Amino acid sequence: MTDATSSSPASKPSTSLMTIDARTKKRNAAEKRFRSYGVAAIVVAMLALVGLMTSIISSGAPSFKQTFITLDVYMDPARLDKDGSGDRDKIAKVSTFGYAPLIEAAIQKAVDGNNITLAEGLSVKKAADLVSKEGPAEMRRTVLADTSVIGETLTFQFLASGRIDGYYKGRVTMETAELDGNISPEQLMLADDFKKAGIVETKFNWGFLTRADASENRPEAAGLGVAILGSLYMMIVVLCLTLPIGVAASIYLEEFAPKNWITDLVEVNISNLAAVPSIVFGILGLAIFINFAGLPQSAPIVGGLVLTLMTLPTIIIATRASLKAVPPSIRDAALGVGASKMQAVFHHVLPLAAPGILTGTIIGLAQALGETAPLLLIGMVAFVREYPGAPPEGFFDPAAALPVQVYNWTQRADPAFVERASGAIIVLLVFLLVMNAVAIILRRRFERRW
Amino acid sequence: MYDAPNLGDAVDQKETKITARGVQVYYGDTHAIKDVDVDIEAKAVTAFIGPSGCGKSTFLRCLNRMNDTIDVCRVEGDILIDGEDIYDKRVDPVQLRAKVGMVFQKPNPFPKSIYDNIAYGPRIHGLARNKADLDEIVEKSLRRGAIWDEVKDRLNEPGTGLSGGQQQRLCIARAIATEPEVLLMDEPCSALDPIATAQVEELIDELHHRYSVVIVTHSMQQAARVSQRTAFFHLGNLVEFGDTSQIFTNPKDERTESYITGRIG
Repeated sequence: MTDATSSSPASKPSTSLMTIDARTKKRNAAEKRFRSYGVAAIVVAMLALVGLMTSIISSGAPSFKQTFITLDVYMDPARLDKDGSGDRDKIAKVSTFGYAPLIEAAIQKAVDGNNITLAEGLSVKKAADLVSKEGPAEMRRTVLADTSVIGETLTFQFLASGRIDGYYKGRVTMETAELDGNISPEQLMLADDFKKAGIVETKFNWGFLTRADASENRPEAAGLGVAILGSLYMMIVVLCLTLPIGVAASIYLEEFAPKNWITDLVEVNISNLAAVPSIVFGILGLAIFINFAGLPQSAPIVGGLVLTLMTLPTIIIATRASLKAVPPSIRDAALGVGASKMQAVFHHVLPLAAPGILTGTIIGLAQALGETAPLLLIGMVAFVREYPGAPPEGFFDPAAALPVQVYNWTQRADPAFVERASGAIIVLLVFLLVMNAVAIILRRRFERRW
Repeated sequence: MYDAPNLGDAVDQKETKITARGVQVYYGDTHAIKDVDVDIEAKAVTAFIGPSGCGKSTFLRCLNRMNDTIDVCRVEGDILIDGEDIYDKRVDPVQLRAKVGMVFQKPNPFPKSIYDNIAYGPRIHGLARNKADLDEIVEKSLRRGAIWDEVKDRLNEPGTGLSGGQQQRLCIARAIATEPEVLLMDEPCSALDPIATAQVEELIDELHHRYSVVIVTHSMQQAARVSQRTAFFHLGNLVEFGDTSQIFTNPKDERTESYITGRIG
């Protein structure tokens, strides 16, 4: 019996709490290591985000500024209305080339009026190239809208040509102008003289948000108007289709459908659809909506339908998750006082699930707003000069979309378009941020009610 | 129409509200309730006692067909309320539940105002012709739920903001707002403190003058305090059913005796 103490299993030695033993030290070290991994991950993510935002904003911000040239133009009847008949049809025959000399005259007048001497070898015709090619077109539109302006002197605020605009944004310098066939240092010097005289100025560019796309050689006139409108139309189509269909499908699947192999199959397929690459939906849209149903190409209705297909699984999954999150005791309570299943769902479950459904819908919409690939396949990559009409007819007119416009502009040669593309990304990001903010606000509001 | 089987001497002269004969309940392959026969008196409190998992709650939920919401649950046998088979094809469970109200284990007021909590049932059943009617029903129900004095000044505040005991009495008031004939209570006091429990028990005692109350409870003291009749369930069987005083003082079955003396369960 004397060896009983020595043969018993080693009992835990009593230690002081003031000293930290090896095991505890090891555990603390592991915890510290894990925390530093977390912090490192967050730092990397934030750095990436900051880098991305700086690069986009620094290259895109200039597109919100634009250089304008203000000129007084004499609408010379000798050029625009040669026989003086005032007949609109005849005036319409004068092409934009017919308007170019008027700008030259206006430039000459501005040069003379401000005591500027044209540099050696700079003809007035060259000097008139400071004004965008869009200038004559703008004048022609003004004249055709109201022929009575012929013979008067009008003040136009013309867009400066892309190179001049680039000069004031640092994209074009005297050195590059030397090598550039489209611009000469003399023209830049004239622009500087004009700037001193207050004829050339750089200011906020509303046209970037309202104008239609422009051709390859006039980036200064390119705007997002058609793309914003097209994206808006598509979002309307997507919202009107996905919300009712998605919510109805989720409510049925979650609350009413019997649990059997058919609903299991449906569920698996919905999850799979959410993972299908978006370009596949584009092919589907091309085959079904355009080739089979005969809907027009490049139309927001087709884009909207394709994006609806793509967004539906997302919304269904989000809605089902939020329906599932409603405590079953609420359903019991409603059924217990004799509500029918539908009353229980619509009076009690749905209001509680609403914030989740709204968030899911808005996140789905935001995803659809940024989607490019399927739109390329249904022709939304086309160059669209005309604004789509008012809804509902406008849904069938050709339009562009914001992400496709970004893609489109990055394809073009002129660096001015790269700047515009970054500007378009900023616009797109602002829309996405606004939508996410709305989602958060709606969520807060609904949740705070009780 | 009153063609229920002969009820024997268990019911004496009292009127029988619910008659169950040969009730079997299956959850998938599990046989949860085995051949239960029970007669529940009108205007009396009947307590179901028994250890956890003995099927008392399951049986209670059969009485207003709440088990219909569980896919795998299957009920066989006859349950008659006033001689009408509630599992008949012609019976709509929605109508049945208006007649047989239910109070749950955890207080579950709707996340709406106190007023709307009570008014919801009468509204969907069309019990009120106008706002004044509805106001009257709400007040009457809250009074019967013994909670009117505590909430009359804040009817528009959310029901979820009340204390646990108040919430449970609100739920009882909500259940009686639809003028049910039977009130089922599934462990209504298990989430409450002793004071709230005492208030609810007092309420149950008052309610039995007007309604047939069936209460499932884990507390034998509670069963003894509030009920006139007690049924003891064990492993899905109805072991013994009789007057509460008899069950607690002179149980016929030894399992009942073991349970009430604390040797099983």
